[in-house]
Amino acid sequence: MTALQRPKPAAGQIANLKERPRGESLWGDAARRLRRNKAAIMGLIIIIISILVAIFAPAIAPYDYKTQVRADNNAVPYWVTRIFPNMIPEDEGGYITVTDKYPLGSDALGRDLFSRIVYGSRVSLAVAFVGPVVSIIVGLLVGMIAGYVGGKVDNTLMRIVDVMYAFPTFLFIILLMAFFRASFTQVEQGTFSYYISELDSATGGLLFIFVGIGLTSWMQMARLVRGQVLSVREKEYIEAARSIGTRAPEIMRQHILPNILGPIIIAETLSIPQYISYEAFLSFIGLGVNPPTPSWGAMISEGAQVINSYPYQALFPALALFFVMFAFNFLGDGLRDALDPRMRGVD
Amino acid sequence: MLKFTIRRLIQSIPTFIGITVLAYAIMALAPGGPVTLLGFDPNISAKQRQAMAESLGVNAPIHEQYVRWLIGDAPISLFGVTIWGGREMPVFDRRGNQTGMEIGTNMGILRGDFGKSFVSQNPVTEVIGVRIPATLELGLISLFIGTVIGIIIGILAAVKHGGIFDQISRVLAVVISAVPVYLLGLVLLLIFGVILAWLPMGNRFPLKASGDYTVIERVRHLILPTITLASFSVATFSRFMRASLLDVLNQDYVRTARAKGLSDRIVWFKHASRNALIPIATLLGPAIPGVITGAVLTETIYAWPGMGTLIVDSIRQQDYPVIMGVVMIAAMATILGYLISDILYAIVDPRIRLN
Repeated sequence: MTALQRPKPAAGQIANLKERPRGESLWGDAARRLRRNKAAIMGLIIIIISILVAIFAPAIAPYDYKTQVRADNNAVPYWVTRIFPNMIPEDEGGYITVTDKYPLGSDALGRDLFSRIVYGSRVSLAVAFVGPVVSIIVGLLVGMIAGYVGGKVDNTLMRIVDVMYAFPTFLFIILLMAFFRASFTQVEQGTFSYYISELDSATGGLLFIFVGIGLTSWMQMARLVRGQVLSVREKEYIEAARSIGTRAPEIMRQHILPNILGPIIIAETLSIPQYISYEAFLSFIGLGVNPPTPSWGAMISEGAQVINSYPYQALFPALALFFVMFAFNFLGDGLRDALDPRMRGVD
Repeated sequence: MLKFTIRRLIQSIPTFIGITVLAYAIMALAPGGPVTLLGFDPNISAKQRQAMAESLGVNAPIHEQYVRWLIGDAPISLFGVTIWGGREMPVFDRRGNQTGMEIGTNMGILRGDFGKSFVSQNPVTEVIGVRIPATLELGLISLFIGTVIGIIIGILAAVKHGGIFDQISRVLAVVISAVPVYLLGLVLLLIFGVILAWLPMGNRFPLKASGDYTVIERVRHLILPTITLASFSVATFSRFMRASLLDVLNQDYVRTARAKGLSDRIVWFKHASRNALIPIATLLGPAIPGVITGAVLTETIYAWPGMGTLIVDSIRQQDYPVIMGVVMIAAMATILGYLISDILYAIVDPRIRLN
């Protein structure tokens, strides 16, 4: 009897087995790889902090974002005048009002810059999270239908994508925004357009930005999805599903979608900085959010007009934008490495 | 090769038509326009407004307006033979009474007539024509500098791959391609224009009453916009060049060259780099639309008087003919860019040509 007993494993071996559970899922594996990537974790931390800032903006911001104090316009704390040598305080013979009331100074209308940056994070993050949703919904639908159905449908859809692709994106989004802003300014009460424009002003002009970004960014997603669908369509398990009479929508949802999700997530995370950049650019040229809603792009644009005399007004929102965009870039890169290890180190 | 080029050229026609339809639909559905503007003038009667709308053809159905915009109203003749007699348009006197019919003079965009600007009343081709040299100057110089520096950095990074230069250039390339162009422009402006005050803050020329500028003055105005616009090409080209060169180094002929006892320098720069450049050539096509997009941003920041600032201004003023003109030119440049890139691919890789 004793001879049949298996030898007891050493304590160290058990610990080892516990450390590496067998049959780890794709996501668990990816999460482990992501945790090891320092840059991606740093990006994730910055993103979480900015999400918290956006949610608790009223608690964090010392002032309201639209209250104007005329007496305090362009006022700065003392340390800012040390960074920019051309900003000489009043009592040293210059023109700069020095006050400690505002942590990062105030803008040309006497609004607290820090509070505006805090509230501005809401716009950038809203775009960062809604942009991908719009692009995925449209892109996934078009791409899957084109890839799965094929033939004439595929040809037609892909020609449309080609046409929209040949439009320089920035010009296209400018055109769309100009169209929205012109079409929905003076509309009759009670009509459909009226409710749309009301919804837009309620969101501070964000609605049209979402639509504009969505309409210009789904093509890339559609192409990606189509390519992915084509590559898994002929696999045996799809064939098997079809042979037992599974309907096409079911095959797409149950069998194809889970297998192509990785590249889609990577592509969308990598294009989030682009969406943030579109919003900031639109606000920069005056087609974005409606004033006084604070957006980093709009603040940079206002600051750029007085960059000679008050350079800090453009610098601080620019830094905020810079950090958030970087955070999303690092996270996107990290996700790509984690979900698709073959891509590591490839540009 | 010629056959491939022609086939590819024909394939791009539907794309162009598609773009015109899309752009025209967006613009035509937007409110405003010349007749609406006149509506605010109390001295103009409803009848005169009606006459104006009739003579401009803005009351016609949208597809008819589109066709008129595309091919115009004026007669088309080829080698002295009239193919199409043109379209008759009603003519009105100053009070708004119709006096007769006349054949239109509008040539349509296919014949290079984009109409007149609503704001300045000058032909759109003229308005855009004034701006093109500035955009070309900035765009071509940036593209050239960006390509050359990018390729040099890519070669150096590949020669010592894994080394400190490779690491630094890799990080910088990631940083630069992550920063939006206008943010980079703004930071450069802050550092070199405001804090150090070495370079001018914008414009193409110094603001002077006399029109004579020295070359140095113009170069000083070019430096910051060029760096801003070129940085992205540098980042892209350096990464691609590095990857391409490392790829080539594993080829047999490089090993053969080494085995023959050639010096490292000759192997690197004569054998490997030349062949690594081939796939890079195909990147030049898509770089053209990239420069146009970048120009919109760069020109806005540096108040550069090119097509980028023109379209931003025109959108603010709802100057539709000018907007359409710029969009069409940009779209054509994009199509041309992809065309060039496809042709270059076909030259490099004969399999594409025969497919």
